[in-house]
Amino acid sequence: MNLLPISTPLGMIEPLLIVCGVGFAILLLDLVLPHSKKHWTGTIALAGVAWAFVRAVGQWGLEQRGYADMVVLDDLATLFNLLFLASTFVTILLSEPFLRSETVEQTEYYALLLFCTAGMMLLASALDLITLFLGIEVLSISLYVLAGYRRGSDASNEAAMKYFLLGAFASAILLYGIALTYGATATTNLSKIAEALTTAEAAFPAGLLLAGMAMILIGFAFKVALVPFHMWTPDVYEGAPTPITAFMSAGPKAAAFAAFLRTFFVAFGPIHGDWNMLLSVIAALTMTVGNVAAIAQTNVKRMLAYSSIAHSGYVLIGLVAGGNAGGTGAIFYLLAYTAMNLGAFAVVILLEHRGVGGDELRDYAGLGFRYPLIGATLSLFMISLSGIPPTVGFVGKLYLFGAAVQTGHIPLAVIGVLNSAVSVFYYLRLLVLMYMREPGEVLPPIRVPAAIGAALLATSVATLGVGIFPGGWMEAARQGVRALFS
Amino acid sequence: MTLTILGVPILTFLTFFPTVGALLILLLPSSKPRTVRVTAFLVSLFTFAASIPLFTLFDSTQRGMQFTEQSAWVPDLGITYHMGLDGISMLLILLTTLLTAVSILASFSAITTRVKAYMVTFLLLETGMIGVFVSLDLFLFYIFWEVMLIPMYLLIGVWGGPRRVYAAVKFILYTVAGSLVMLVGILKLYVAHHATTGVYTFDLLQLYDTALDPGTQLWLFGAFALAFAIKVPMFPFHTWLPDAHVEAPTAGSVILAGVLLKMGVYGFLRFAVPLFPEAAMTYTPWIIGLALIGIIYGALVAMVQRDVKKLVAYSSVSHLGFVMLGLFVWNVQGLSGGILQSINHGLSTGALFLAVGILYERRHTREIADFGGLSETLPWFAALFMIVCLSSIGLPGLNGFIGEFLVLLGAFRAWPLVSAIAAVGVILAAVYLLWMYQRVMFGPITHEKNRGLPDLTKREFWTLAPVILLIIWIGVYPNPFLRRLDVSVSELLGRVRTHTLSLKAPPASPSMAVPASAEGAK
Repeated sequence: MNLLPISTPLGMIEPLLIVCGVGFAILLLDLVLPHSKKHWTGTIALAGVAWAFVRAVGQWGLEQRGYADMVVLDDLATLFNLLFLASTFVTILLSEPFLRSETVEQTEYYALLLFCTAGMMLLASALDLITLFLGIEVLSISLYVLAGYRRGSDASNEAAMKYFLLGAFASAILLYGIALTYGATATTNLSKIAEALTTAEAAFPAGLLLAGMAMILIGFAFKVALVPFHMWTPDVYEGAPTPITAFMSAGPKAAAFAAFLRTFFVAFGPIHGDWNMLLSVIAALTMTVGNVAAIAQTNVKRMLAYSSIAHSGYVLIGLVAGGNAGGTGAIFYLLAYTAMNLGAFAVVILLEHRGVGGDELRDYAGLGFRYPLIGATLSLFMISLSGIPPTVGFVGKLYLFGAAVQTGHIPLAVIGVLNSAVSVFYYLRLLVLMYMREPGEVLPPIRVPAAIGAALLATSVATLGVGIFPGGWMEAARQGVRALFS
Repeated sequence: MTLTILGVPILTFLTFFPTVGALLILLLPSSKPRTVRVTAFLVSLFTFAASIPLFTLFDSTQRGMQFTEQSAWVPDLGITYHMGLDGISMLLILLTTLLTAVSILASFSAITTRVKAYMVTFLLLETGMIGVFVSLDLFLFYIFWEVMLIPMYLLIGVWGGPRRVYAAVKFILYTVAGSLVMLVGILKLYVAHHATTGVYTFDLLQLYDTALDPGTQLWLFGAFALAFAIKVPMFPFHTWLPDAHVEAPTAGSVILAGVLLKMGVYGFLRFAVPLFPEAAMTYTPWIIGLALIGIIYGALVAMVQRDVKKLVAYSSVSHLGFVMLGLFVWNVQGLSGGILQSINHGLSTGALFLAVGILYERRHTREIADFGGLSETLPWFAALFMIVCLSSIGLPGLNGFIGEFLVLLGAFRAWPLVSAIAAVGVILAAVYLLWMYQRVMFGPITHEKNRGLPDLTKREFWTLAPVILLIIWIGVYPNPFLRRLDVSVSELLGRVRTHTLSLKAPPASPSMAVPASAEGAK
């Protein structure tokens, strides 16, 4: 059914409205549903996300601006919306066992997840620093609560507190940066900032603008966990409920990158030379710190947290390279990373849930032969994360490093591949543990819940399938970038 | 010419049939290891049989690639599914299919745990290996090149000896580090090709014609050569090899020595040299120097080993030095000798590892001091083991002689002194192998356990027999093999020469004046 014509302002943000609406509906339903029926809200949330996804698919190829040019609908926004909705869908699938085993409220959990998704979607469609800030805040505040959702656990509380305090600082800095940029260019609209920077070269106060840009950069750097603003990541990833950790490393990270991409390619595109060098140093640092620190971890969630930092560094290579190739590389990598990382977390959640050990690496000893299918799936994700073909992780890295080489950033590409070599060590350590060590205790048989099974199937098909036939995703990523330069 | 098997073009069939077999084995119950073993063997045997037409139908007069297949894969990036072979890769593919079948047969009694997973891993490894040799697209090649690492890593790490995890991790880190540097090189080449022609392509045959300035060539050759030198392995990148060889199960060692090391050699021949001929010439003295060090150093270290398997592992370093020497003297004798020698090494060293495995299964030790006098109890084994050792030493009438002779001849024509130094390696090989043979097989029986050991079983005999047959065939009548290399070798030399004629003083000038048809050794 077509409730809202695409040309109307509301039709333009239809998927966003659906997600918000379902979120509110769930909150209201909570009042009337008896306790035994509360798990229905999960199904409703799934249906809502699926509906929004279908509507977002319908928006592919459409371009429109609205709300006084504060919101834009283009292929970049649509592509990211699809990514967010897909990752939220998978997260809901992964959350069901967690919510059932821990005695926590289900309804608010799903509602918060949906609001967070709405924030991400707004972020990807923001054409104005104000909407952008609005998106970031909606996203972040939902996440602060979700990170502390295991109320009984100290670690979870610590994660939420840390994330909230540091996140609030980062938001404040970002906001200050927006204010300074407004002071320098007299506008908060991304395209108009670019115009101001190209036409009135000498007219704006350079110091003010650069300070503003640097602060905006810091804000983004915090959200996507770039060195040296990454300190919160390991603690928050470790303490948060595992489905939320999985979610944070996928959707919100991609959302922050989407805004990062749009802000720096569109608004600050004209002064490319001023931020390029800085970003390439940050990229090199982020990859190196993330990978080297990951080696030393003994906890799977902390290891994946550092690995997520390292992967932010890889994506940043795309931003440094810039242009069509760099943008496409960054977007493709985000798609790839979401698929393979959600998959890896799905396995962690499954094992956690089934009481086969916990989050410690040593708990994985001997799993591979005891549970052949689970072992093979986790191996696939690890191989993909380390960038070995024929997986989507390899194609993504190939594209990113290719963009770097093409634009003459060969040292950065070399640092990138050396980092990949380092990362092979810790990713494949899971294979060592699973296949080359004996289990510490007798491992009980595992029955895979249908929801997690579906999530695993989807992510592994994407990881392997797109690894072998990357054409479709690549074309989508390319289309998305084209929207930036039109 | 398109040859198909069951409607599938032959190279695609050969590459992926082992994978299909592996999937089939996954469906078998793991409670019946015998069924699994036999199925895996039949799959590998059939793959070998299917690869024989490549040898018989190969047109040794035709230039360029044969049995080619090409179809679009990722057109946006200029990636094609392009396969084909010339004389060099054809021989290496046959070596691969043969050694895989032999290795699987040799694993029947050696591998008793997780048989199903082992066989699946082994067949996937075969897909990777064949894929490397048939790919004519750098993207496709790189995928197979890396994909192959994981099964090898598992073979060493799961079914290996006591220090297997260390060896497996060392193996994969060394090779991955090298490959990734090559990846940057590939990307640079890809971008450079676009810069001059306006076309994005990973197709090797198109990339051959990329015009590169000498400085870029030096860097790119370096990036490719590093990956291949680690794989060969050339001194000083060889330190992963003894660990990997010693810890790997017998069949893993056979494949490692027989095929994986050859990929390094093949990489130089197919990629590094023809893509960057000028740079290859510039690096020649360095590579020759490292090859000589490898020959002497490998032999000396082999001599003092107490463990038979380690001895064989270090002998590989020495023998691969010969191969690299042959490649980089830039004349027909050296080049065909080097290629033939790399096939020979696959056969001889593969057989040596099989023999060591046979000993190990009987005594569960590889210390030379634990043996002695075995020729009395194992007469059949003693005879076959002798032939294998002599082949590795390079006794006339066996394959090793032909290869080493050609390499030394080629080296002599370029630099007599180099040839003289390399010849010392041949003498040292006789020393360490015969000395080892003497201590293991002859003399009085000093350990009670060595009495009454059973001689070769039928299955063990059949693992060694085909390899020994080839050892003798190549030794007596190498012409069918050399003839199939002729065109590929002269084409490669032609490329190197035309590209370096413009240089003022090519380092290897003595060989330059000799026409490609001068083939004194045959």
